[in-house]
Amino acid sequence: MWKVLHQIAVCYWLQVKVTSTSWFDGVLAVFYPLMFATATLLVYRVRGDADGMQFAGLGAVVMGMWTCQGVVAASALARERWSGTLELLVAAPTGMPRILVPTTLAFSTVGLYCVVVTFLWERWVFDLPLHITSWPLFVLGVVVAALTLSLFGYFLAVTCVRYRTAWAIGAAMEMPGWLLCGFVVPLALLPTWLHPLSWVIPTTWAMEAVRDAANGSSPWGHLGLALLVGAGYAVIGGYLGRQLVDSARRHATLALT
Amino acid sequence: MTAVDVSDLQRTFRTSTGVFRRTRKEVQAVRGVSFAIEKGELFGLLGPNGAGKTTTIKMLITLLLPTAGSARVAGFDVVKDVREVRRRIGYVFGGDRGLYERLSALDNLKYFSELYGVAPREQAKRIGELLELVGLTGREKERVEGYSRGMRQRLHIARGLLHDPEVVFLDEPSIGIDPVGARELRATIASLTAVGKTVLLTTHYMFEADELCDRIAVIRSGEIVAEGTPAQLKERVSTARVVEIETYGVEQHVVDGLGVVGGVRTVGLEERGHLQVVVLQCEPDAEVAREALALLGDVRVGRVTHREPTLEDAYIELVGS
Repeated sequence: MWKVLHQIAVCYWLQVKVTSTSWFDGVLAVFYPLMFATATLLVYRVRGDADGMQFAGLGAVVMGMWTCQGVVAASALARERWSGTLELLVAAPTGMPRILVPTTLAFSTVGLYCVVVTFLWERWVFDLPLHITSWPLFVLGVVVAALTLSLFGYFLAVTCVRYRTAWAIGAAMEMPGWLLCGFVVPLALLPTWLHPLSWVIPTTWAMEAVRDAANGSSPWGHLGLALLVGAGYAVIGGYLGRQLVDSARRHATLALT
Repeated sequence: MTAVDVSDLQRTFRTSTGVFRRTRKEVQAVRGVSFAIEKGELFGLLGPNGAGKTTTIKMLITLLLPTAGSARVAGFDVVKDVREVRRRIGYVFGGDRGLYERLSALDNLKYFSELYGVAPREQAKRIGELLELVGLTGREKERVEGYSRGMRQRLHIARGLLHDPEVVFLDEPSIGIDPVGARELRATIASLTAVGKTVLLTTHYMFEADELCDRIAVIRSGEIVAEGTPAQLKERVSTARVVEIETYGVEQHVVDGLGVVGGVRTVGLEERGHLQVVVLQCEPDAEVAREALALLGDVRVGRVTHREPTLEDAYIELVGS
């Protein structure tokens, strides 16, 4: 057990190094989320509605995390393939979940950095001090969002392993995710037939938990649902990972560039 | 004791073309390859591009499933005992890729140490030894993106040896490396068998195979066409002679036409700077130069020389026949 934890911790830390050594990438990671957060806040500010601004401000904070994880994780294995490391990872005696989860956790760490930057952006540029009733529960909600998103990211990464254009799938998910997770528009405004799609994304529940913590409601139910859905993706990802790697070994698709 | 035992290994790829009318095609990349490598042996697998060398290696390192046949590495089946095989093998391929560019060499080795199951308390010692072995001590904290191709390749070898594998697979490790770097790399490869490793090496460079390999198998179109020590393979063409004709601006169809000369076994063309050298492998007592020069016609010709066959000549005869 100690050896497994050591492996996950070391791999996580080294993947954080890989994803955070470039200043350019650091700026780029936060640039799009900040621009869209800005657009959202400008739209809501027109109404002069303080509750609306609180809603949009909280959503914008978590929105960047979705971009950092949901979009990037889809192409995580494709990037390993481009750099020639995918075969080495698959040929390792360590199972894919123990290789990939530290990587998606590293993406979530970049997402947490986005959360902090967006929070400060809202405060300094929009003079929007978010009202947070319980800071510990708010932070817990954000951490659960990061953790469950990394499990969702793991699922996306293994699902897209055989597609060379996985980055396009990730990019196509960015804006629909903002709507489906209720970052910028209340879920009640979406068509009913879309609600099940929202429910199967753990970030929807984590976002609700963050809002609960901010407005003083109990977030535990939503936190539990977020963790449950996240765990579901971990299990499905584990199963699919084995199947898809076996399929790649049968069809010789590991080395495709 | 046998470290690698390959029996009638086959691999077929299915490809399809067309959008509306899809046509499926089967390509047999490996057609019944069999060989055995003894423990501590350095075995070479030679063949032209597309001959099936890399496909064979990928089946042996469990990255590809064979279509038919069987293979055992370090006593374990490559299909059934995947994890056991992976614990006992190292895989190194040539080229720039396969490393995390933004990490230092040390961090790359730490990362793969974790993935390949090196115990945390042994990692520092093991990494230090391997950096020493591949001559990267003192450069280990630099990011890989600043490394030369030769340094990257040596780092690859260190990475492949992290978990002290019994069998090391080297797939064209010296590709694209300058002569000095290639010489250092050959010394590193030679040192592997000295510490008891079994090595399977694929390479295009004949002098490399000649210098390093205990035994060689030549693979052509997915089949092994010859196997033996470098000396045995050279003996296959020792009864032949090689005639080299230096030319300037000869065209391929003219070269191809030399195959009709009596006593000529194979015809090849090598670019040497501004020269094109026509290489004719001939029967020992055949007199081919006069007739070949006549067929070259108006082509400007330089020196005509005779020499003894090399491993490269043996290889060309085997893969070209």
